[in-house]
Amino acid sequence: MSDTLAGHVKFDNVGLRYGTDPEVLSNLSFTLYPGSFYFLTGASGAGKTSLLKMLYLAQRPSRGAIRMFGQDLVTMPQSRLPELRRRLGVVFQDFRLVPYLTAFDNVALPLRLAGTDEKKVLKAVGDMLDWVGLSHRAHAVPPTMSGGEQQRVAIARAVIGRPKMLIADEPTGNVDPDMALKLLRLFEALNNRVGTTVVVATHDVHLLKKVPDSLIMRLHKGQLSDPTGALRYPPRPSGPAAGGPG
Amino acid sequence: MTTPPPLSAAPQNDGDESQPERPRGRAAARLLPPARLTGPIPWVIAILIALVVIAAAGGLALRNLATSASAGLSSAISVQVIEPAPDLRASKAAAAVKLLTGIEGVAAVRLVPEAELAAMLEPWLGEGAASEDVPIPALIDVELGQTAGPADVARIEAALAARVPGLRVDAQGDFLRPVNDALAALQWLALGLVALVALATAAAVWLAARNAFAGARDTVEIMHLLGASDRQISAVFLRDVLREAAAGAVLGGALGVAAIWLLGQQFAALGSGMVGGGGLVLADWLIIGAIPLAGVLLAWLTARITIALALRDML
Repeated sequence: MSDTLAGHVKFDNVGLRYGTDPEVLSNLSFTLYPGSFYFLTGASGAGKTSLLKMLYLAQRPSRGAIRMFGQDLVTMPQSRLPELRRRLGVVFQDFRLVPYLTAFDNVALPLRLAGTDEKKVLKAVGDMLDWVGLSHRAHAVPPTMSGGEQQRVAIARAVIGRPKMLIADEPTGNVDPDMALKLLRLFEALNNRVGTTVVVATHDVHLLKKVPDSLIMRLHKGQLSDPTGALRYPPRPSGPAAGGPG
Repeated sequence: MTTPPPLSAAPQNDGDESQPERPRGRAAARLLPPARLTGPIPWVIAILIALVVIAAAGGLALRNLATSASAGLSSAISVQVIEPAPDLRASKAAAAVKLLTGIEGVAAVRLVPEAELAAMLEPWLGEGAASEDVPIPALIDVELGQTAGPADVARIEAALAARVPGLRVDAQGDFLRPVNDALAALQWLALGLVALVALATAAAVWLAARNAFAGARDTVEIMHLLGASDRQISAVFLRDVLREAAAGAVLGGALGVAAIWLLGQQFAALGSGMVGGGGLVLADWLIIGAIPLAGVLLAWLTARITIALALRDML
């Protein structure tokens, strides 16, 4: 696998079922290119969260093949998943902050798990909390924070390790439109400045227009459609998102 | 949040695929909820360790008692000259002593003086033991060069029977065999108790670790998704297990030793020679001292296996 291909996420005829139920996702075949900005849309129950779970390595597929950063996820031993997960940043729909840790310690978690020196952690987390405008809430624990504040802590935690890919599940679902736009600008900045691949799941169609260069994948009853050619190669002729192979 | 993000200041993890160090100290303390094994577990471990210490001390004391009781008798043989006529008894005894002295493997032969015999029997027979009214067999103590087994007894008996009839030969250790058997049974009982209590300790730690893990499952899942390895998660859990097991073991060890000391004082007050042989020596105290350490190790191993099995079920 070449370096340029190593940044890809490739799904090949992937299906997912829970137990003996019918498949919730069927025949998914697509490639995510490094530095691209993707929206994953679809009605509630379309399978967005299930697809994201496979992307952030919380779920293995029932069939098909997935390659991420050049590695086969289906056959990869469980012990090697952490090193892949550290290259991802995830904003969960329900934030999934650790309730007894302060905002500071929540944001610091990925760095501490990666064994980063504590001095560097202090500096990086301080900067990150500045960035999301929560320096004054560094010592607050999630139960005492508003939904918007928790959202920003979750985002700060997702991006502090400079992930290769950021995955966000309905990140604007709990904030007002103004804050939603700010969050989106933040993701764009990460995409443009660092080249992070961004995948945002949303059912808010207005959001899609806010990022003009974005690619849209639409899920309907567990099947993907491709309204902007996101699933084709190359995904588009120019811009950072066009950084496919070659 | 309108200013550009200072992402250039954030530490780079790209390309670093090596296993990270385990979180240490305060960093580790901030990963999982503090004191998850709270509740009765340190106390349960303390009680169980105290029981093991007492049972082990009892077993060791019984072993020492048995060893001490049979130490002086293991190579000794008694020869009784059973003859009612005093003169004939004396001549038979003298002949037996002479014969015994020449038998291979016999290290020492001593004809027990009649006065000594009478003194030994006086508590049972009264002053009449010294009179000629009650004929008392002559007694010869024979010390062998090695432990006296049934073959030695048979060999000596055969050598004497041909020349001096009417003698009875016994290994002195045989007199204590029923006592030794009883002591051995008690030692096995003590060992069984130690094994059972160790099993109970492991079961208690298994339950506590499983419950603690179930209580922190959501957090563990978040940690996993943020890139924590099983080793990291396990290390944080085991740190707490180790701390609480150590606290319980120290307390239990102290309680057990205090109980042994009190029992020792009680038995010492009896002033019995046999009980005195059941005291604990330095090696015994070292074994007893190792019990709390073994308890901590057992708790740690049990928790490690429990957590590893729980983590195996998670992606």
